[in-house]
Amino acid sequence: MNGFPSARSIAESIRTGERSARSVLDEHLARINERENEVHAFNLVLAEQAASSADEIDRRIARGENPGPLAGVPVALKDNLCTRGIPTTCSSKILQDWKPPYDATVVTRLANAGAVIVGKTNLDEFAMGSSTENSAFGPTRNPLDVTRVPGGSSGGSAAAVAAGFASLSLGSDTGGSIRQPAALCGVVGVKPTYGAVSRLGLIAFASSLDQIGPFTHDVADAALMLEVIAGHDPGDSTSIPQHFPSLAPSLDRGVSGLRIGRITDLPEGADQDVVDAVDAAFDTLAAAGAEIIDVTIPAFTYGLTAYYLIAPAEASSNLARYDGVRFGSRVAASDTNAMYMATRGAGFGPEVKRRIMLGTYALSAGYYDAYYGKALKVRRLMANDFAAAYEHVDVLITPASPSVAFPFGSKTEDPLAMYLCDTYTIPSNLTGHPAMSVPFGTGEHGLPIGVQVLAPAFGEPTMFAVAAELERSAARGEHV
Amino acid sequence: MSERLTRTAVERVAKLARLDLDDAELDQATERLAGMLHHFADIDALDLSAVEPMTQPYDLVNVLRDDVEQPGLDRQEVLDEAPDAVDGRFGVPPILGLEL
Repeated sequence: MNGFPSARSIAESIRTGERSARSVLDEHLARINERENEVHAFNLVLAEQAASSADEIDRRIARGENPGPLAGVPVALKDNLCTRGIPTTCSSKILQDWKPPYDATVVTRLANAGAVIVGKTNLDEFAMGSSTENSAFGPTRNPLDVTRVPGGSSGGSAAAVAAGFASLSLGSDTGGSIRQPAALCGVVGVKPTYGAVSRLGLIAFASSLDQIGPFTHDVADAALMLEVIAGHDPGDSTSIPQHFPSLAPSLDRGVSGLRIGRITDLPEGADQDVVDAVDAAFDTLAAAGAEIIDVTIPAFTYGLTAYYLIAPAEASSNLARYDGVRFGSRVAASDTNAMYMATRGAGFGPEVKRRIMLGTYALSAGYYDAYYGKALKVRRLMANDFAAAYEHVDVLITPASPSVAFPFGSKTEDPLAMYLCDTYTIPSNLTGHPAMSVPFGTGEHGLPIGVQVLAPAFGEPTMFAVAAELERSAARGEHV
Repeated sequence: MSERLTRTAVERVAKLARLDLDDAELDQATERLAGMLHHFADIDALDLSAVEPMTQPYDLVNVLRDDVEQPGLDRQEVLDEAPDAVDGRFGVPPILGLEL
């Protein structure tokens, strides 16, 4: 918690007429004016459009209508979510001026719930990175310490909430891109079950891994926002046609009787302050009536390799569409092939090129079985190991990030060091399971630490019950 | 899987990926990709012979709908965002004489 009001209380005050949506928006825009220059959370601030949406909410309230659960709540969108007629860049030069011809389903659902879209947030180019330093438009800075990264790839969305620029935001999470920046910025971040939230209009990075999810000030806001965006969408063939469970009843359930797993063979590499916070989380949950059970996930340690073969392989295929023909930039050349090569060579940044190269190599004749094929088998081992663990426990607890927010430039020269940021978040993407990061204490330099709660597919109700318990304990200051 | 990645192999991959890379980029790609592949050799220790590959979190099923006309994207709105449009279509440079 960082002193900003919850989205629930904002919506409630607007619905009751205590405040106008316009005054709430103006307050957020004022904070943007004050600090955006140093934070750079946004690629685009939509002050005028937001003002007209807020005014429309106020008119509907005046007519006695209920604009919805997010009435007048300022929301920021990661700039890989399509917004009709509004630039959507993926923080890439190749899409710099592109305006999508349709809205992502999540954008429509937010608007239908009364949300006011305040802007498009910065990200690592095409969501590839863990620090937002790979943006073609310059890095986002952590609002809690502007000499440090906000995490990534959804760093702009995490920073926008942490700085009070928006009450809620959406990010996307392919290997930890919501949970890790949430941890580093001291906010709540959720990667829902694969298939729970429609990805129509999310610009694809790795289609078997990508999910959209919320950044919020607290766990109850995350539950509310997730309920708004979740649910079947016929426009996304991976969207699961089943009712998304209500989360509100879980928030006050407590953890009594829940079985919480501690992974005894978790890969090492987390800093001591993070390890201590996770230990404190187990103590808190045990004291609140949960049973702590040791489990093993032998494949966990191979997750990084499997992910960094599978995700680039899928990306190399997904990003083939940026060829200078249908959208985005083009570098003119004498024939089509030369145009493709020149356009892509000039339009993509170094990390995107690196991953396209890695993925192309892993899929190429002669190497497919040795790399991509093997990675897919490791993915199966991972799923099997988690399934075995969930026979004994309801949720698992790990760090979200191995460290607190790190200084700019400290990992940019060594891609592998950057990839290690994703050690604890990757497995949930490989399995398709939900996971979330909850702020739980502070570590080095007083910076926030995120504890990760993992659950099996559609285990969000239990996951939120545990996250809410950790949040209550953190609010009581029962740990460092 | 442990064979060393050569610069020639990297040039071939760049061509397959339709990426113009300059000499410095090719040098760096060779070094960094080799480093990553070295790290990724950790899974060589696993016996995966009896393991089925997993491509998706869940098995994919065909998603069908009734064959009912539905609105599509507005042609002009789409073409307005294309680098080049000619007579209501995407414009491209010559495709004949391709050297692959």
